[in-house]
Amino acid sequence: MAEIKNIFDVAGRSMGAQMVRLNTIASNLANAQTKTGSADTAYRPLRTVFETVYETGFNSYSSNGHATVDVSEIIELEREPIKLYEPNNPQADADGYVYGAPVDVDEEMVEMMEASRQYQNNLEVVTTLRALMMRTVNMGK
Amino acid sequence: MNALRQYLDFQASALDIRERRNTLLGSNIANAGTPGYKARDIDFETELQAQIQGPSIATSHKGHLDPDGPSERILFRDPLNPSVDGNTVELSVEQMEFSENTVRYATSLTFLNNRITGLMSAIRGE
Repeated sequence: MAEIKNIFDVAGRSMGAQMVRLNTIASNLANAQTKTGSADTAYRPLRTVFETVYETGFNSYSSNGHATVDVSEIIELEREPIKLYEPNNPQADADGYVYGAPVDVDEEMVEMMEASRQYQNNLEVVTTLRALMMRTVNMGK
Repeated sequence: MNALRQYLDFQASALDIRERRNTLLGSNIANAGTPGYKARDIDFETELQAQIQGPSIATSHKGHLDPDGPSERILFRDPLNPSVDGNTVELSVEQMEFSENTVRYATSLTFLNNRITGLMSAIRGE
């Protein structure tokens, strides 16, 4: 686990975590229409689980306040696949059913908006502080 | 040399505190979506007072607890609208604080710059 040295680590790792989240959302949306022949193999929507990483200490009380985000795990949502009666589908099981991915497109779009906003916020922080740092480097000139 | 340092010290302290606060607010913004994260902040005035006055109790060993140490004064934000997941970051609040803090950082930087240029012209005798 790389250490957190400055605001670039804080914002950069947070942006990385949001990028992972955006990738899982893209996977979910890409698989929104996929169907399979059994309930077990049907696609389940993926979700990232975020976790705070503190520079010092292990919780917010013992830390020095510097904290960034990591994706601790990617989970599959435990949702029942959508059972559809499509006897003409070559993937259908013996009873003529196929199992569609239980992806809620609206929900994924909301997730995507939130992730991209968080990404933008972090980028804004970095841009602002970088400009200030450049001015500080040129102090006294 | 000491006189020069004293001349610049106040604005330099202010700049240092502003930078620390920037990192804290940046951490809050980075954790806006993390469940259970508690937003933290420092009070600029208290920090500046502590910088000027110095520690009230001397610590002679690295294991000693410093009651005035910087980490003892990092406060927790009281959220306007507590959220279900235990996260106390409110982006609107954090963004306002951050933008105010960056402007004040720039102000301190300008003051410091003016002092340095003033000193330089005094040294050159212009």
